[in-house]
Amino acid sequence: MYVELKNVNKKFGTHEASHDICFGIEKGKLVALLGPSGSGKTTILRMIAGLESPDSGDIIIDGKVVNDVPASRRGIGFVFQSYALFRYMTVFDNIAFGLQVQKKDKKYIRERVMELIRLTGLDGMEKRYPNQLSGGQRQRVAFARALAPSPSLLLLDEPFAAVDAKVRHELRSWLKNMIRQVGITSIFVTHDQDEAVEVADEIIVTNLGRIEQIGSPVEIYQHPATPFVAQFIGNSAVVEDYGRFRGFREVEGLPHAIVRPEYVEAFKQDNEKYRDLIDYAEEGTVEDIAFRGSYLEVKLNVCGATLTTNRSLERRELQKGEKMYVLLYRLYVFDHDRAQLLENEELKGLEIVGG
Amino acid sequence: MKKSGPGKYILIAVCVIFVALFLVLPLVFVLVQAFKDGILPYLANIGDYYSLKALGLTLKTMVICLVVNTIIGIIAAWTVTRYQFALKKVLTTFLDIPLSVSPIIAGLLYILTFGRSSVLYPFLSSHNINIVYAVPGIVLVTIFVTLPYISREVIPVLEAKGTDEEEAAALMGAGALTIFRKVTFPHIKWSLLYGAVLCAARAMGEFGAVSIISGHLRGVTNTLPLHIEILYNEFKYAPAFAVSSLLVFLAIVLLIIRNVAELQGKKREKEV
Repeated sequence: MYVELKNVNKKFGTHEASHDICFGIEKGKLVALLGPSGSGKTTILRMIAGLESPDSGDIIIDGKVVNDVPASRRGIGFVFQSYALFRYMTVFDNIAFGLQVQKKDKKYIRERVMELIRLTGLDGMEKRYPNQLSGGQRQRVAFARALAPSPSLLLLDEPFAAVDAKVRHELRSWLKNMIRQVGITSIFVTHDQDEAVEVADEIIVTNLGRIEQIGSPVEIYQHPATPFVAQFIGNSAVVEDYGRFRGFREVEGLPHAIVRPEYVEAFKQDNEKYRDLIDYAEEGTVEDIAFRGSYLEVKLNVCGATLTTNRSLERRELQKGEKMYVLLYRLYVFDHDRAQLLENEELKGLEIVGG
Repeated sequence: MKKSGPGKYILIAVCVIFVALFLVLPLVFVLVQAFKDGILPYLANIGDYYSLKALGLTLKTMVICLVVNTIIGIIAAWTVTRYQFALKKVLTTFLDIPLSVSPIIAGLLYILTFGRSSVLYPFLSSHNINIVYAVPGIVLVTIFVTLPYISREVIPVLEAKGTDEEEAAALMGAGALTIFRKVTFPHIKWSLLYGAVLCAARAMGEFGAVSIISGHLRGVTNTLPLHIEILYNEFKYAPAFAVSSLLVFLAIVLLIIRNVAELQGKKREKEV
């Protein structure tokens, strides 16, 4: 493990920001700390950086306990949410700052800064000031500045929060490629699950100062370990009394169920392709149809519960009040501390047409 | 933009008339009085031994004040905006006291602290330290009176700026001095300059507190404002106004220095 936290606790007054945090990160991995705001993810990041110190527990980087090593000597690159670029320095001087502090010689600094400017696609911008740059460019400068002193660990606090939606998308894949290219172990904080799923090799989900689950995006998505993760990840709706749906029997002690749009299939009553499945389907009524840009979000009333499914724009049009057949593939059932995935019993062993 | 009605012009007129009546006119009168007998008598009045001594003391006091209050002002502003501690509110309130208390009271406070009735007096006199009715006292009360000017200008700027640039610099291994010089100072330099000008102008013009503590020894503990009062009380009107005009010129020079420096600096920032 390159970065390790062992039983780390941190309180701010009476607020428990971190409770018994334990995790390890392998060298070269790109890891997301994902959680709602106030879940303690930024505190974890700031403690690794040395901007906050834990009340108890150990922070280990590269085999050494760094609790008493000041932030300035941990050799960590940090990208702030607001970027924190030096406002009165040019792009060049911003990137050069860390190297100048280390008293590297002028020629080396010049070469290293120009190398990073090329790497981050900021050619020709070196004499500009931060307020003459776009949000995306500022992010690149912040990234280049953090990388300039060749840190062995890169921390990013909500790196995409300060740019608009379109740029955010470009930056995500840019950053992912860039980190791959440099090969640096990186941890970034985000509250956006899409971001975490898209960018990270591994996700650490935090909630109320605790770690809920650590795993790959696929694991987190398909096998949420706790009720919180199940509700937080994906577009989840909670349904009670799920025994009313065909193919499901209520599990003892697990009264609540989470239904995601991808668990629900709805088809028109005259749909030829799904004809064989009618026997396994419920009847549902279209309650609401919302346009989501690249797809439709359809809410259906099934046995008195509202289920949501996403529908391709290529399929036939729907009307409010229309009766449809609804197939429920699986549910995620849970109680306070227990959770499990429940497959539709009647569909087991069946080849589902169209999937 | 919306076309503005007559309201705009009425408001401009009110401002201009007010400034003309309350500021420009009296200043013009000072100058007219000062130059009433022509330029040579004016120069003779200013070049008078005691006037020059007073000018020297005023400038000396102003420079010491400026240096001390710049250092203290920056430290105070930094402390108040960068650290959380008990009694912070109390500290900031105390920093503002010189603005709300009459300067006469400042003078009296120092007389009580360092004068004959003070418990410190035996110690001070046995070590030959003269504060009251001497130059050190004048400098001390002037520092007291001008204490808030710089920190008051700098605190809001530091507060608005936040700490993340400094944190970023610290993470890259920069020391406190480097951080202040390269990261913080560029943010506060204009407000610092503005505060310094206010502080200097106030230091030169301070009358009440200095009057109490100076003892009015001509050529020794007389500052320009005190000198003007003495001249005036002796019915020497032309010299009094001539020396007054000197103070006015000094103040105007300070304002010009500030505006030129700010203009130049901002232009340079914009160019690059």
